Amino acid sequence: MTNEQLNSGNPKVDIEYRRKKSAEEMRYQIISFAMMIFLTLVAFVAVGYDGFSGWFTIPFILVLAGVQVVFQLYYFMHMSHKGHEAPALFLYSGVFVAFITLLAFMTIIWW
Amino acid sequence: MSTYAQKKGFGATIWDYLTTVDHKKIAILYLIAGGFFFIVGGLEAMFIRIQLAIPANDFLSAGLYNEILTMHGTTMIFLAAMPLIFAFMNAVMPLQIGARDVAFPFLNSLGFWLFFFGGVFLNLSWFLGGAPDAGWTSYASLSLASEGHGIDFYVLGLQISGAGTLIGGINFLVTIINMRAPGMTYMRMPLFTWSTFVTSALILFAFPPLTVALFMMLFDRLFGGNFFDPLMGGNTIIWEHLFWIFGHPEVYILVLPAFGIFSEIFAIFSRKRLFGYSSMVFATVLIGFLGFMVWAHHMFTTGLGPIANAIFSVATMAIAVPTGIKIFNWLFTMWGGSITFTTPMLYAIAFIPTFTMGGVTGIMLASAAQDYQYHDSYFVVAHFHYVIVGGVVFALLAGLHLYWPKMFGTMLSEKLGKITFWLFVIGFHLTFFIQHFLGLMGMPRRIFTFNKGQGFDAANMVSTVGAFFMAVATVVLLINVIVTIVKNERIGNDPWGDGRTLEWAIPSPPPFYNFKQLPLVRGLDAYWIEKMDGKTEMTPAEPIGDIHMPNNSFIPFVISLGLFIAAFGAMYHGNHAWGIPVLIIGMLITFGSMFVRSVKDDHGYHIHKEELMDDDKGGKA
Repeated sequence: MTNEQLNSGNPKVDIEYRRKKSAEEMRYQIISFAMMIFLTLVAFVAVGYDGFSGWFTIPFILVLAGVQVVFQLYYFMHMSHKGHEAPALFLYSGVFVAFITLLAFMTIIWW
Repeated sequence: MSTYAQKKGFGATIWDYLTTVDHKKIAILYLIAGGFFFIVGGLEAMFIRIQLAIPANDFLSAGLYNEILTMHGTTMIFLAAMPLIFAFMNAVMPLQIGARDVAFPFLNSLGFWLFFFGGVFLNLSWFLGGAPDAGWTSYASLSLASEGHGIDFYVLGLQISGAGTLIGGINFLVTIINMRAPGMTYMRMPLFTWSTFVTSALILFAFPPLTVALFMMLFDRLFGGNFFDPLMGGNTIIWEHLFWIFGHPEVYILVLPAFGIFSEIFAIFSRKRLFGYSSMVFATVLIGFLGFMVWAHHMFTTGLGPIANAIFSVATMAIAVPTGIKIFNWLFTMWGGSITFTTPMLYAIAFIPTFTMGGVTGIMLASAAQDYQYHDSYFVVAHFHYVIVGGVVFALLAGLHLYWPKMFGTMLSEKLGKITFWLFVIGFHLTFFIQHFLGLMGMPRRIFTFNKGQGFDAANMVSTVGAFFMAVATVVLLINVIVTIVKNERIGNDPWGDGRTLEWAIPSPPPFYNFKQLPLVRGLDAYWIEKMDGKTEMTPAEPIGDIHMPNNSFIPFVISLGLFIAAFGAMYHGNHAWGIPVLIIGMLITFGSMFVRSVKDDHGYHIHKEELMDDDKGGKA
């Protein structure tokens, strides 16, 4: 979104500002990318290490998975930027409906 | 003179409608197809009532009765109520937000043709060995045991038409989010547009569970799956849950647009701003939200256990709060208004007590302990007919009278309209009010006959007489439509005289590009604001310029036709050797036409400024 107008030819666009923004954006992306690889490694280690029981490992990797989804959505798919309110609303509504459905299935069908 | 307005021959008109991507023409297609299925479902209802008029009747056999009952419910919900609502959404919503079309005109057409072919497929079951006979809910334990191909018609037909509905819903969502005219903020949108928005969101979230359930049923019945077969490790309750996770929001998908239509009517014919606009919006959203957390109230007696029953019971009762907010807002809108009793307004006024009664029996049914008494009795039948006929069908009839001038440029006769209204309302209460008591006396629903001396004779006769009143009302309505079309007396922009929203600021029917210049919206009830400032038309928000329009396309028809053919292949592949080849051919047609659509660039065309300037009928914004 921020990058779109770099070559617009519009004199009002402050190229310096855009460039700074892009660099900042790139830094966030690299940091979150490194974090994601690190978290994936942690997940593998948690599963591979015999000292942890399933009662620790399963919730732990689920939390890591949640963090990964947030990274993916907010840093790689730019949901942190402006103009994504409607997609965010519908995304969370969908998550909510799916969650209610799963919760009901887990508790009253397959209990 | 614009070249687009030439007089066309009959064949050219048919071709125009087969290929159209114009939301107003698609609305007319939805209206015709939905109206046709409404008549079909109505005839089925008449057969049901004739069969039940006297005890031990043999007008229908038990098996045929089951088929007619199933098809009545399925047709009325999926093929009549939904498309008729889509007709009004298509016709009015883009005009209300000041848009030139929906966001994806091609998908709009695809949605219609998918619905149409799904509906035709479902109804062909009558001629091809028997219709579905497991009720519109088609519970797996019953439907898996159903012989013949009836249930397969149900599954495949609804799968195809459901895809069309989902496409339509997404299209409306994108349209409302992205295509509002300058100044049209969310909190300035007319209430019908708001209800279209919430309804479309419900469609988006409610139809996928149905799709999943139908696919599971499809595999269980035709391809050796065992999702719902307990003997093979499946679970038959999963169908019930998935069906009602879809089915309960479906009720709100139907009734929220009805609320929207009535909100417009109350404001127009009371000559007042809608009372409590923001609380109306809030209530609409809240009903949509709560609608996803109550589905198990359809399943209290399946043995969910007391905790689950209690949770769903309380959640269900909570919906009465936003609905109550709406009822009082409508009453306060009329309070002190200068009311004119036109046909739409009569329906709106009749709707309030009728719907409230349906709501009250809803609360009674929501109480899990009481539900064990009412379950599967005529009390339930009375309840949901009070909600769906008293809410949705009243709104559709009211909307037909209200928006007919905008869609066709002529006025339906008020005199015949009022005759229809009185016959229908009297017939409706005669038919269904007494069914509450039939249920309380112990008459179970979905039975094909009853015996003398059970005490059901008189009440059932009354109910059947009422049904004939509604049938006569529908005939009068059809006469009204034909007379109006033949007379063809053209009317102006604002035939009701008190239009408040943008659609009344442009000609009836609107030019195919809707707005020559996009209007500037200065508040809620945009056109009314301009009128109060002594103006006769909207202030334009842009200079006259070229308008970009989409080209017509025959591809949506072909995509849907391919699925229609493939469905026959899927259904008969167990009986005939040609099944699999036909399935493949159908899929090839569908995917082939999608491929053509993808690779062939279609940039549409422009209406040029010069043409627009000459075209004086293309009402200024």
